[in-house]
Amino acid sequence: MAADSKSVKMADGAVKSGGSAGQAAKAGTVPTLEVKNLSISFGGLKAVDGFNVVIEKGQLYGLIGPNGAGKTTVFNLLTGVYKPDTGVILLDGKNITGRKTIEINQEGIARTFQNIRLFKELSVLDNVKVGLHNHHKYSTLEGILRLPSFYKVEKEMNERAMELLSVFDLDKECDYKASNLPYGKQRKLEIARALATDPKLLLLDEPAAGMNPNETAELMETIRFVREKFNMTILLIEHDMKLVAGICERLTVLNFGQVLTQGETSEVLNDRRVITAYLGE
Amino acid sequence: MTKNKVRIQNAVTYGMVILFWVVIQVMDKTGHLSSLFKGLLVPLCMYAILAVSLNLTVGILGELSLGHAGFMCLGAFSGAFLTNCLETAVPSVGLRFFMALILGALVAGVFGLLIGIPVLRLKGDYLAIVTLAFGEIIKNLINVLYVGRDSNGFHFSMKDTTSLGMDKETGVVLIKGAQGITGTPRAATFTIGILLLLLTLFIVLNLIHSRTGRAIMSIRDNRIAAESIGINITKYKLMAFSISAALAGMAGVLYAHSLSTLKASSDNFGYNKSILILVFVVLGGLGNMRGSIIAAMLLTALPELLRGLNDYRMLIYAIVLIVMTIFNSSPKAIELRSVVMSKLRGGAKKEVA
Ligand SMILES: Nc1ncnc2c1ncn2[C@@H]1O[C@H](COP(=O)(O)OP(=O)(O)OP(=O)(O)O)[C@@H](O)[C@H]1O
Ligand SMILES: [Mg+2]
Repeated sequence: MAADSKSVKMADGAVKSGGSAGQAAKAGTVPTLEVKNLSISFGGLKAVDGFNVVIEKGQLYGLIGPNGAGKTTVFNLLTGVYKPDTGVILLDGKNITGRKTIEINQEGIARTFQNIRLFKELSVLDNVKVGLHNHHKYSTLEGILRLPSFYKVEKEMNERAMELLSVFDLDKECDYKASNLPYGKQRKLEIARALATDPKLLLLDEPAAGMNPNETAELMETIRFVREKFNMTILLIEHDMKLVAGICERLTVLNFGQVLTQGETSEVLNDRRVITAYLGE
Repeated sequence: MTKNKVRIQNAVTYGMVILFWVVIQVMDKTGHLSSLFKGLLVPLCMYAILAVSLNLTVGILGELSLGHAGFMCLGAFSGAFLTNCLETAVPSVGLRFFMALILGALVAGVFGLLIGIPVLRLKGDYLAIVTLAFGEIIKNLINVLYVGRDSNGFHFSMKDTTSLGMDKETGVVLIKGAQGITGTPRAATFTIGILLLLLTLFIVLNLIHSRTGRAIMSIRDNRIAAESIGINITKYKLMAFSISAALAGMAGVLYAHSLSTLKASSDNFGYNKSILILVFVVLGGLGNMRGSIIAAMLLTALPELLRGLNDYRMLIYAIVLIVMTIFNSSPKAIELRSVVMSKLRGGAKKEVA
């Protein structure tokens, strides 16, 4: 535990230099995520229409917009829940358009959900261990026969899972049933589970929804810490403008499925079109 | 930690089965077992195995299956068929029974896979419908199946024995339509039944508390989330379902070797049987293997044991059903149970200290 709180402080210092990672990347390396002309319609409704975005490695990127703008649909397209009508999705330069959800996860995109989706009946620890499934392996037969590989890999999994849980201050609750956690902690557990899959890109869908201001402030710290500790690229959807202004380096604003504007956070938030989109005409 | 709690829980379950075996042995040796009850011992084990294996599909995977009797039927017939076929080739009854158990499990498991491949890929509760139909189809097919063997090899027919067209001298009918298979050695004993039940528990409990089991339960709890973290949904659904089917097949072989005549009748393998097994699972608690065993044994033995009470028999049966449902499913009762359990555990700790 002591070691952990120390590393949190170290990470804090590092955050300030975090922005430079993005700038260095611009000098010619491949962006972590590049999306071009992504569209999907449901019936007659164009839920997402010609969406573009470029996210550099290590960036903390925000996707904002009024209710029903198509933000969650963008996440569902990125993770293969829906197949896009048009467009290309490049992850680290590799085309992953139209691939299946589990393949996309294995390629390196993990997400959380707007309406929390935990494995309710499993323990907090087991929720994270399911996330480790593809990285720590033994066969079903080895598991049933309790061969040495079972004990060895399970031990590795337990250690790794506890490490992740302690990042989110959930280690003391590791034996709780996931559904017995308070709401804020459930959101954190979802992030821990997503990180367990060791992604290149982490998608967070309204991570602060339903949290009080204290919890939100704490969450901001945690997200920053995750970015530093895991050298993570993060795209997040959020309605809490304090959180967005506080941690996102760049923003894309969606309105009626289309990109209204994108750029540096401070510029975007002062854009008159953004303000009217949020307040209505 | 939970890991230890799991270990204790599992030990209690194994211990309960072993204790039951010991008690029965003692009662048998001291002459306290009625012949009625003796006849019940193998079915008790069989139903316990069926309930535990179905609980893997219903409680752990979270899919509804109404065809468990069908898998049992497949196991019973393929197992009994093998035992009879090898009568001259393998003189040892024990060895033949053992081979039959493996074949029965294999056949049922393969059919589980064949049904699962098209059905479990669909999102939705199609499994219940398909397995219900499957159970009935299997039963009806075996009911009109004639298989014989003569010096030329095997003969099959869906009509009658004569259309098998066998050599008069060397021909032997092995499966005789609605009359089924006769002459299977009655090799199934209570001890073998208990050993198979312990094997079933070993497979199912170890599976649940492993990487594979967690993947299966994650699908049950939230399919979309499981997919999003890279769990192969179809693979793990198929695995759980075919293991469940294979264990039912093994129970069928046990059953076939406890009867001198095996018939694919509705009484033996109809959908009523599948639903009865499901009742054991639901009453014992979804995902609760120990509960499945208790429910299966209690509800199998009860109607027989209460025979003396005649008029009150079904009344008591109904009361037991209701009490078990409340005990296992009502949130208040579950709460009460956990409070009592933690009190007991707290008490135990104090004693140690
Ligand atoms: N599967 C679907 N079928 C039909 N319409 C859908 C589907 N998914 C989303 N939509 C529609 O697409 C539009 C965008 O929805 P989406 O959930 O992406 O919005 P959002 O920006 O995430 O909103 P919120 O801030 O409320 O979460 C909405 O009008 C929604 O009703
Ligand atoms: Mg949304």
